Amino acid sequence: MAEAVSPTTSEKSKAPRIGVYICHCGTNIAGSVDISAVEEYARTLPNVAHVDNYQYMCSTPGQGKIEESIKEKGLTGVVVAACSPRLHEPTFRTATKEGGLNPFRFEMANIREQNSWVHMHDREGATEKAKDAIRIAVAKASLLEDLYPKSVPVEHAAMVVGAGVAGMQAALDLANAGIKTYLIEKAPTIGGRMSQLDKTFPTLDCSQCILTPKMVDVGRNENIELMVNSEVEEVEGYIGNFDVTIRRKASGVLSPKEAEARGIVGGGCTGCGDCVPVCPVTKPNPFEMGMAPRKAIYIYHPQVVPLLYTIDWDSCVKCGLCVEACGEKKAIDLEMQDELVKVKVGTVILATGYELFPIENKEEWGYKRYENVITSLEFERLICASGPTGGHLVRPSDGTTPMRIAFVLCAGSRDNTGIGKPYCSRFCCMYSLKHAHQIIEKIPGAVPYLFYMDIRSFGKAYEEFYYRIQDEGAKFIRGRVSNIQEDPKTKNLYVYAEDTLLGRPMELEVDMVVLAAAVQPTDLTNKTRKLFGVSCSQDGWLLEAHPKLNPCGTTTAGVYLAGACQGPKDIPDAVAQAEGAASAASIPIHKGEVELEPYYAMCIEEKCAGCGMCVNLCPYSALSLVEKDGRTVMQVTEAKCKGCGTCGGFCPGGAIWMNHFATPQILAQIDAFLIGGEQ
Amino acid sequence: MAENPEGWQPRILAIICNWCSYAGADLAGGARIQYPPDVRAIRVMCTGRVDPLFIMKAFTDGADSVLVSGCHFGDCHYLEGNYKAAKRMFLVKSLLKNIGLDDRRLRMTFVSASEGAKWAKVIEDVVNVTRELGPSPFNREFGELKELV
Repeated sequence: MAEAVSPTTSEKSKAPRIGVYICHCGTNIAGSVDISAVEEYARTLPNVAHVDNYQYMCSTPGQGKIEESIKEKGLTGVVVAACSPRLHEPTFRTATKEGGLNPFRFEMANIREQNSWVHMHDREGATEKAKDAIRIAVAKASLLEDLYPKSVPVEHAAMVVGAGVAGMQAALDLANAGIKTYLIEKAPTIGGRMSQLDKTFPTLDCSQCILTPKMVDVGRNENIELMVNSEVEEVEGYIGNFDVTIRRKASGVLSPKEAEARGIVGGGCTGCGDCVPVCPVTKPNPFEMGMAPRKAIYIYHPQVVPLLYTIDWDSCVKCGLCVEACGEKKAIDLEMQDELVKVKVGTVILATGYELFPIENKEEWGYKRYENVITSLEFERLICASGPTGGHLVRPSDGTTPMRIAFVLCAGSRDNTGIGKPYCSRFCCMYSLKHAHQIIEKIPGAVPYLFYMDIRSFGKAYEEFYYRIQDEGAKFIRGRVSNIQEDPKTKNLYVYAEDTLLGRPMELEVDMVVLAAAVQPTDLTNKTRKLFGVSCSQDGWLLEAHPKLNPCGTTTAGVYLAGACQGPKDIPDAVAQAEGAASAASIPIHKGEVELEPYYAMCIEEKCAGCGMCVNLCPYSALSLVEKDGRTVMQVTEAKCKGCGTCGGFCPGGAIWMNHFATPQILAQIDAFLIGGEQ
Repeated sequence: MAENPEGWQPRILAIICNWCSYAGADLAGGARIQYPPDVRAIRVMCTGRVDPLFIMKAFTDGADSVLVSGCHFGDCHYLEGNYKAAKRMFLVKSLLKNIGLDDRRLRMTFVSASEGAKWAKVIEDVVNVTRELGPSPFNREFGELKELV
């Protein structure tokens, strides 16, 4: 049997006196649990010196009851039977502390989320379960010890992963608050999805015009260290002290700074573009959704930040013509290798964005089979003045101007067939209205037909925009498109749907179809979130710490979320969340220190045989073997230990004491449940 | 099920991790998804903390079933604690067989923080399997071997 006290406790603690407080939570708990029966039962439990109940224990009077009775009754531990500890543990720990006890002498019995709310029609079962939960909590509280959180300094630097509009905004805010910020972007330029858009709804601002000043600000800001062509490779450490390894992919092109470091005076890429005409390789440009060519050495578009060319190694044949064309600047290095860069930051913001759902999976709409069926992002590039057609909307099949254009909204969104996404992608209604407006404005006589389920124009001035497009002559058909067929001769498309307002099926011949495809997290989101220990929802969107009250935070302390990686967001929402995340991420940095939960492991040296099994198990390299008094024992580096307890779950000699989750404490809980707490 | 002794209610211990399964169980509560009240949960920070001793102790104390639930593989808040726990479960299952317990009485599941509905389903399933198996031989009141414990 394991020791009942931790290795650092010098004297045996006095006999436990536990106070039990039962919360009604209005009728949330009291509606399904017989509070007075539970209270009567709690009085009979060993070590219980005080029992009370209250309507709302988390209220000021409720907390006051705890504080007063700790002093009056000389309690050594506190049990509150209420909601989940994930909600109110901090509240009651503070109350315990105010009452004069160490805050870690508090244990919570969850009788709401895991009891009254899930057994609403079984009062007897719920009441018995509440009694057991309190008995288990009292057993643990009787063995709890004083613990002291450790303060650690916070590195005065932050990292933002993803340089779309959200990531850029977050990085600018952090940098302008005086924090050194590393901005990591996988693409060769910052700007993200927003830089691909033509106009923004509902104001019809030119997207590039409002974005490029921000891009330039980011590029110029002294506190921002921009790393394009880069991905996060490895993450170690914890809030305040993240050691992040970044893979800077070889771009094949030296910036003026890098050239100088190599001793090439006055060299490096100036963005002149002399290398492009000589390159013999032509590939589709992903920035133009593959609708325009690029060379093996390329930039996405003229406004890229940083203005540096990049070599696509998959298509480069290493002929060396670009090197010759570059001449004295010596900016091109065809033998460049990936570089691993290590940085230390205090907090991290993830802003990894979204991508379009592969809409070809919805085969009935014929995307990739029919040339004139395009996605909304392809439409953005075709209608954009800086796009492949100079802003002239043309049919991909024959280059003519389409006059009848169908828009399929909810294409893959709000789709419970298992192929699409069950959620609303939130911004497709609004950009489709914008697309309709652009067609009417640019092509006299052209008619947009919008096939919709509901028009969700929820934002500021959005509904007004919807009315405006209706007045401009766009046709709205309430119904989901069931099928699209192509006329093989004309390449025109027949759209089949049910007009649910008229209650009859319809067929419409159009020149072009635009699919407002659902959005999903980017391919790298999943890899990145795992590196930072962030959870995701069933759809893969990153999970916030609390959907209402902590939408920017995550369950990993020091890691925050901004933009569409957390769920589909339009530009104002993404920017707003980015500013929120930047503010949250700057708090620990400006405070300068954070308190870490003292759940670290300790070695009970008399029991340790020095086998070293635990050393190999620890994912954080927090454990090591040392020589002490002529024998080998394990030693914990407390700052590295995150308190998972994997070592403690394995130690064959029971020589590891996990603070707050120690073996005797857990065994006492098991005994309390199954044999009533007396051994 | 008809053979189960009168008055017997399954006594099931769940040891669940703070980050995924405990959060998932809380989510089921928030969504008011109803499930049977036969499971008592103990929270640990990670399923990696689950010492085989805890499970054996629960069975010798008379538990009818034990459920260990953590994050999905690759989702562990502590990188790989759930893998290590899962590996240990095989060991414990073989130990259970050796002492004559049906190893279906021990179950490890993976429920994420967003899977409230799955948590409810897991509980229903564990309770159903336990009812099918009847009281554990070491159950202090109803077990065949209760004199031994």
